[in-house]
Amino acid sequence: MQPKPLALKILDVASILLFGMTIYLALFIAPTEATMGAVQRVFYIHVSTAWVGMLGFIAAVVPAIIYLRNNNMKWDRIEVAAIEISSVFFLLAIVLGSIWARPAWNTWWKWEARLTTAAIAELLYIAYFMLRAGIDNPERRARFGAVYALVASVSIPITFMSIRWVDRTLHPVVFGASKGTAEIDMAMTLGMVQVMLFAILAFSIIFIDLLWHRIRLGELQEAVEARKVKVIGS
Amino acid sequence: MFFQESTPDTSGYMIAGYAVAFIVLAVYVASIHIRNRNLKQDMAMLEELEEPAKPQPVTKRGKKK
Repeated sequence: MQPKPLALKILDVASILLFGMTIYLALFIAPTEATMGAVQRVFYIHVSTAWVGMLGFIAAVVPAIIYLRNNNMKWDRIEVAAIEISSVFFLLAIVLGSIWARPAWNTWWKWEARLTTAAIAELLYIAYFMLRAGIDNPERRARFGAVYALVASVSIPITFMSIRWVDRTLHPVVFGASKGTAEIDMAMTLGMVQVMLFAILAFSIIFIDLLWHRIRLGELQEAVEARKVKVIGS
Repeated sequence: MFFQESTPDTSGYMIAGYAVAFIVLAVYVASIHIRNRNLKQDMAMLEELEEPAKPQPVTKRGKKK
């Protein structure tokens, strides 16, 4: 395996610093929201992880299409890496949303548009790994994974748009115009918006860093598998 | 809760949220590290297996150790 490139080392340090700065800004610099209190600070992490998770799921479509065109396993590794990290981020977003919902809606969970579509999307991507694990042939597994990633990606725009399409929803619209039917409207001050944008940028860089590490892990995994076949064959 | 006049104390939920975020991210980073370490160990072991058998050192009596 290639030694860790300098750019990746720099990205590691930048990710740690950006994560620390995000936590500091969210906890100590962002103003306290008047109606929700301190729990609103969870929103900076919730929105960032949800945003990055969704972008990762959508980004996985690109290597999936390229793999289906040229059958190069490199693209399968990238697709798996993007979906794995996005699944973790998206799960975190769902859990953080639930923690926020308890004091805001007086319930941990509600089967309303955003929560239901997000849960379905997450389960679809968990199933992606379970189904992949059941296929032994690497090429068949990669082909199946690529097609599945394409189909599952449809759930992401549906999840994103659900609160904009449905008239009655509990979930606030954070980005873009709201219909004003949400129980709690997110009217953020400039200071809150700045911290939110910084958090999204920071988590995007953390995502790229983790993606690079995960792709390298996939390469190593493939090298070990190839070596195993060689040793057993000799 | 939102009919109250003053800002409610929801700091417990905030702490829980940040704790969950730290734990989930730490577990995922650790999982990448552990998988990487295990694969490197596997690779080293496979490289050892692949190396041709070294000749055994011969003793004075001409017998192999």
